[in-house]
Amino acid sequence: MDQLIQLLQENARYSITDLSDLINLSEEEIESKIAELEESGAILGYAAVVDSDKVNDGGGVSAFIEVKLTPERGGGFDRLATRIAKFDEVESCMLMSGGYDLSVVISGSSLNEVASFVAEKLSTLEGVISTATHFQLKTYKSNGFLASVDHSGQRLPVSP
Amino acid sequence: MSLSNKLSKQVKNIPRSGIRDFFELVLGRDDVISLGVGEPDFSTPWHIREAAIYSLEKGETSYTSNLGLEKLRVSISDYVSQCFGVDYDSGSEVLVTVGVSEALDLACRALLNPGDEVLYHEPCYVSYDPSIRLAYGVPVPVSATVEDEFSVKAEEIENLVTPNTRILILNFPTNPTGAVMEKEELQKIADICIANDLIVITDEIYSELVYEEEYKHVSIASLSGMKERTILLHGFSKAFAMTGFRLGYSCAPPEITEAMMKIHQYSMLCAPITSQVAAIEALKNGAKAVEKMRQDYKKRRDLIVGEFNDMGLPCNVPGGAFYAFPDIRGTGLTSKEFASALLESQNVAAVPGDAFGSSGEGFLRCCYATDVKLIRSALDGFRKFLVDIKR
Repeated sequence: MDQLIQLLQENARYSITDLSDLINLSEEEIESKIAELEESGAILGYAAVVDSDKVNDGGGVSAFIEVKLTPERGGGFDRLATRIAKFDEVESCMLMSGGYDLSVVISGSSLNEVASFVAEKLSTLEGVISTATHFQLKTYKSNGFLASVDHSGQRLPVSP
Repeated sequence: MSLSNKLSKQVKNIPRSGIRDFFELVLGRDDVISLGVGEPDFSTPWHIREAAIYSLEKGETSYTSNLGLEKLRVSISDYVSQCFGVDYDSGSEVLVTVGVSEALDLACRALLNPGDEVLYHEPCYVSYDPSIRLAYGVPVPVSATVEDEFSVKAEEIENLVTPNTRILILNFPTNPTGAVMEKEELQKIADICIANDLIVITDEIYSELVYEEEYKHVSIASLSGMKERTILLHGFSKAFAMTGFRLGYSCAPPEITEAMMKIHQYSMLCAPITSQVAAIEALKNGAKAVEKMRQDYKKRRDLIVGEFNDMGLPCNVPGGAFYAFPDIRGTGLTSKEFASALLESQNVAAVPGDAFGSSGEGFLRCCYATDVKLIRSALDGFRKFLVDIKR
């Protein structure tokens, strides 16, 4: 994969100077490459990866929902999937192979909020055949980051 | 009662390691930003650690064959064949050791008689001189110069060959300079070894960590007529970030392997089984993780070398390993003075070059197998220090 994308995926907060040092491109080149990636939609956005277990207010709840849809002539699942994706509550929405069609991750401040979104908004959409909601209990790893720090052993300050 | 006259003369005559002196200076301080380490900052890739854990869970806690687990020796033989282009018989030519350090000690003890001379290029890893002495050999350093990017010249080696010379030790890529060796010069060195009937001990522990696209690591063992006079030493510490597993190996002709094994079986018996199992996993599935780390080191190398040159400490672009070796002679300070004052004033540690032999004087070894942020802080310290001493 593109080195720049790889670095930004590891750490979106690398400064332009860091990136320029790390991949032998000038700062101007880095900036224009990033602008291109954003423009083309290759980079969708930048966000902190949060472990909600460690957020003081509990960080709300999130759920993973298996959704079965009726495909439409012409567009398949696209129209309905995009419509579902547009809800603010939806964090990610992906078409899957296998036993169901859409994998939808949603978040809300409480169990009730999530449940009512599913009951009122999601399952009532025409074309949604069924939903199965799984609440998330504990995070071990998210977006490539481990929730508990992997204690890399302390190195001696000087060694041969 | 003084016990000093009870100690072996051989041991007493070995000077204290310069690294150890410096280590003690650093140890007394808090929050040191250290470029002084000689190991990766990555933990061992998880799949390798997991294989070791699984092995313990299964209760694999016994001795292994003195030579090492057969499965590991077969994997090593395949790996060496693939990476170095030399074929070794896993039954009689591969010996699994406790790190390359043990293998080097075994090789010296297996080959040397009192008074035999051993050539090695300097600056070099700290254990060559003492390992030779402990085997009653005579160390003969060959200086490699910054003008040659610390890649020793065949001619310089030839100049120091005497009728007593038995062994040449090579280490490319080199700790502490990061030097690599071009094939043409290596061929000349091989010719000298054949002409003078020398055995070569080649420590290739950093061979995976080379950075220039056009450069490919070549083992001297792969050159015509060399396999039968070469002991190839390699291990898992650097490329696979497995320093604490303490696992290395030697590949050598059967007579030499057998002689080394004789010492190994009585002194070490065998390498730890857990480490051997982890090493099998490393060779089987580790290539991707090694490549990822190599890419990261390359980025850090470019950063640190660029910055050193920018601040007026001339620094070669090291072709391999994970050390930069900047030239500090322009400051008028010795390596030790520079390193101590840098530590004192900026809390930044880098190892004085003379710890790696007198030809390292005037240089510092700076390990860039360290987080980019720390490298940056260390470099800031260097900059401030240079400004301070100019005043």
